[in-house]
Amino acid sequence: MTAKPNEPAPPRVLGGALPRIDGPLKVSGTAKYTSDVSLPGMLYAVPVRATIASGRVTAIDAAAARRMPGVSAVFHRGNITPFYRSAVADGFADYLDERRPPFEDDVVRYFGQYVAVAVARTFEQASAAAHAVRVMYAAEKHAVDSKLAPDGKVTTRSERGDVDAAFASAPVKVDQTYVTPAETHNPIELHATVAAWDGDSVTLYETSQAVANHRDVMHQMLGVPKENVRVVSHFLGSGFGGKLWPWTHSLLAAGVARELKQPVKLVVSRKSMFETVGHRPVTQQRFRIGATPDGKLVSLRQDWLNHTSISDDYEEDCGESTPFLYSVPNLKVTGGLVRRNVGTPTAMRGPGAVPGLFAMESALDELAVALRMDPVELRRRNEPQQDESKKLPFSSRHLQECITTGAEQFGWAKRDAGVGAMKQGGLTLGWGMASCAWGAGRFPAEAMVEILRDGTARVKSGTQDIGTGTYTVLAMVAAEALGLPISNIDVRLGDTTLPPGPISGGSLVTASVIPAVTDAAKGAVKALLKAATSLPNGAFASSKGQDLEYRAGKVQRTGDASTAVSVADVLGRANLPSVQALGKSETTFGGEEDRKYSLHSYGAHFAEVTWQPEIARLRVSRVVTVIDAGRILNPKPARNQIEGAVVMGIGMALLEETTYDHRSGAPINANLADYMVATNADAPRIDVTFVERPDTVVNQMGARGVGEIGLAGIAAAIASAVYHATGVRVRELPVKIEDLL
Amino acid sequence: MERFRYTKATSIAQALEIGRHAKTAQQGADVRYIAGGTTLLDLMKLDVERPVRLVDINRLGLDKVEKSADGGLRIGALVRNSDLAHDATVARDYRVLSEALLSGASGQLRNMATTGGNLLQRTRCMYFRDVAMPCNKREPGSGCSAIDGENRALAILGISSKCIATNPSDMNVALAALEATVQVRSVSGERAIPFHEFHLLPGDTPHRETVLEPGDLVTHVTLPPPPAGATSTYLKLRDRASYEFALASAAVVVSATGGRFDHVRIAMGGVGTKPWRMTDAERALTDASVSEDTIRGVAAAALADAKPQSRNAFKVELGRRCLAQALRLATGLAHA
Repeated sequence: MTAKPNEPAPPRVLGGALPRIDGPLKVSGTAKYTSDVSLPGMLYAVPVRATIASGRVTAIDAAAARRMPGVSAVFHRGNITPFYRSAVADGFADYLDERRPPFEDDVVRYFGQYVAVAVARTFEQASAAAHAVRVMYAAEKHAVDSKLAPDGKVTTRSERGDVDAAFASAPVKVDQTYVTPAETHNPIELHATVAAWDGDSVTLYETSQAVANHRDVMHQMLGVPKENVRVVSHFLGSGFGGKLWPWTHSLLAAGVARELKQPVKLVVSRKSMFETVGHRPVTQQRFRIGATPDGKLVSLRQDWLNHTSISDDYEEDCGESTPFLYSVPNLKVTGGLVRRNVGTPTAMRGPGAVPGLFAMESALDELAVALRMDPVELRRRNEPQQDESKKLPFSSRHLQECITTGAEQFGWAKRDAGVGAMKQGGLTLGWGMASCAWGAGRFPAEAMVEILRDGTARVKSGTQDIGTGTYTVLAMVAAEALGLPISNIDVRLGDTTLPPGPISGGSLVTASVIPAVTDAAKGAVKALLKAATSLPNGAFASSKGQDLEYRAGKVQRTGDASTAVSVADVLGRANLPSVQALGKSETTFGGEEDRKYSLHSYGAHFAEVTWQPEIARLRVSRVVTVIDAGRILNPKPARNQIEGAVVMGIGMALLEETTYDHRSGAPINANLADYMVATNADAPRIDVTFVERPDTVVNQMGARGVGEIGLAGIAAAIASAVYHATGVRVRELPVKIEDLL
Repeated sequence: MERFRYTKATSIAQALEIGRHAKTAQQGADVRYIAGGTTLLDLMKLDVERPVRLVDINRLGLDKVEKSADGGLRIGALVRNSDLAHDATVARDYRVLSEALLSGASGQLRNMATTGGNLLQRTRCMYFRDVAMPCNKREPGSGCSAIDGENRALAILGISSKCIATNPSDMNVALAALEATVQVRSVSGERAIPFHEFHLLPGDTPHRETVLEPGDLVTHVTLPPPPAGATSTYLKLRDRASYEFALASAAVVVSATGGRFDHVRIAMGGVGTKPWRMTDAERALTDASVSEDTIRGVAAAALADAKPQSRNAFKVELGRRCLAQALRLATGLAHA
């Protein structure tokens, strides 16, 4: 990935608003996504989906399907080499959410579970064959109900003081339950795998947010050595977390390709994306908040539940932000799981914090109403001096600045708190606000920087660009470190043959790779200077490395530009193709930073809705968002992340909901017409501001991530605005027309 | 998707000759005419429609909007929705039709979808579109999944114990209010079908959606001359701001003389199993004074015979508000 040549050099690299260097490839349709991969002799696989949500497969009749034109085979439990499970490891090593390999047993645990797979010369032939496979079931009773009651262990996640006693004696109380529905990620790019075997080795072209982890899992489940699996994911049409971990279709593609000794492409259908590649689970959260009449919190209790699948324990940690966001002496957070016959849930943009902050910030708004206090003032009065759960200082926290700045930009001072009191152009206005937070830190990362003879440089890291601008930011960091224009940096990502990079999850990629790339660039320069000192009869023969310096593509005696020699000359005379060095950075998780500091990003949303009661029409008309994510390396994609998250938040607040049909157990609205996301016409004016306070605990540049935080809190700001406009407090998302009639 | 034969017809006679082999009427038939394909291809990919033969009718020259002898309009069945919406005469004299068309689907779909195809647009009931689910419309006798299922978007008028699917078309609602006529040809000749007779109620045969016979080809839709002094509008209510079928919509064509309603035609969408003419409301408004009180009274009485399902009772109130606001907009008592 190289920037377009002849691009005017920006005034500065880091911090400059640079367009994505992969933009031209994408808008011209030449960026090759996974489902664009086409290999000689490639076959197409289409899975057969279970049409019950619970029970057993008693028989599969594929005879008619096998006779259909172009069909190579139909595989199922009875005729495919079985897959293995992968060992459970710590943290995010060897990670996946749905641990059962396909066809492991004859039990169906959710609607749409793969029970067979048809393979044919064309996609259409494979689809027709999959449709012709007859599967017989012994159905059993299933459960997909969205009302949750704990059916297992509920455990305490955070506790201080005596929350129940403090709540009992609190002068002002809020006690409400909030519900968020199952949500499906719905990136426009469908999940896909193209599997190609060469003897005992396999290359998997994947839609993966974590190629190294994908390899680590797949080699175990396929039963081949790790070095025999290569995973490639050059471009992603987003993932929102749904593409972090391997799913069953990847194994099916690899498995049938191995059986047939031909490359196989499997593109997951939109319908199957509601069934087999994860979703944000239903959450149900009871909040009990006690406060003094002047708005000081005295107790905060959150009891959350989320649904998970029959076979896997996926936790949507709704208490992610609760323990540290506000100052409160008595606090308790409990969490538990409820089993349903649904596919295994998975992380979706801002897992835990997003539903958690919808509930907590809504509850705080209800408290502000009960106190007759401005919700901005309520948050100001409960600003903590430290992370009260960990008893650690914040690495950098500017929540109050976000709120103050946002309030000013929004014109919050003009707010009339009365329900329905604000009018404009025949419409009723509603205003709401909410805080947000999301974790910060680093994953372990490696990167290679190579300085080439032509004076350009190459950066290589096995992380991924999921559409957020990782190619660009790596080029910027390398350009800055090497004093080169960004157009001279070539970035290679998304391949397990590269040094292992971080997963594209947790909004941590930028923060994680900065130290590794910077370190690698330093190492590459060091290698270049070493090469310069050893040149035969060279200008720098008498030098020891420390007398020399590297400046913008040239080597010179320190401070003496008249001695400058180009990289091309140095490497040419040394007869070296390039010099390179590997850079590494360690994770913060469990590390020194984690022991000394509480690491998070913060922000504030202010939302305006318009309400037209005569036709029950509610629209979001304006959003102001202010984010504290440390130093912003490239405001263009950073702003784009927050704007996109706000639009997604409008969908979360007003539209998105995966509905399970209670008779069949199927996610019945499994398409983009019936599962509604916000359209362009739903996107209002969005003003995004970054308070740029570098957080040098996280890395030397002070940059945290911005991928997820924008979705946290926005639904609460909108729901509070809805209350302000209509007097209806919606505690179960999405806010629907029928709630407001 | 199943394998099928595909023929590009170059004349109406050729299309009809192939079409006559159809065992059933157009929707769900084994031999299907295809124009824009925005419904049919979609349903074929879902295995909901499984024709063995497609007759491409795009080259039959039925793509003109012409003035008819009586001062009305003759719209070719192949006129694209975008072209029809932006036709100067339609935009001026049949505004309700233009607005209805532009409220539907997306720009790309409207550029492909045709007038005849839109007439025959099939329901968006989620169970109809999923072959794993029982559906009397798709497989007669298999049962209706929607009655006790996810029926928020489905009908409250004209339903039966066999089917509660909504007709999803916005254009049809406008055509109902405009009292259009559907012109049909078959090997046995031509006939003209008044719009209100064109679509069928589900009754015991929800798989039969129109009065078309096997092999019938829709050639034109004709509109009567615009009533003198009439104004018209289409109001569509839905969850999001675009790209969604109506939860309730209203097409209104009205004229007033001396402060009293004169010509009144109203149809509603999103609430009925077919485009729903509101004849009671039309009668109540005719000769009544053009006022907020009149409109409120008529709206409050409307949809009294609705039969809401488990999740769509809100459509009664939403439909009333939609009707009232459409009347206000058409009469200038409110502005968009």
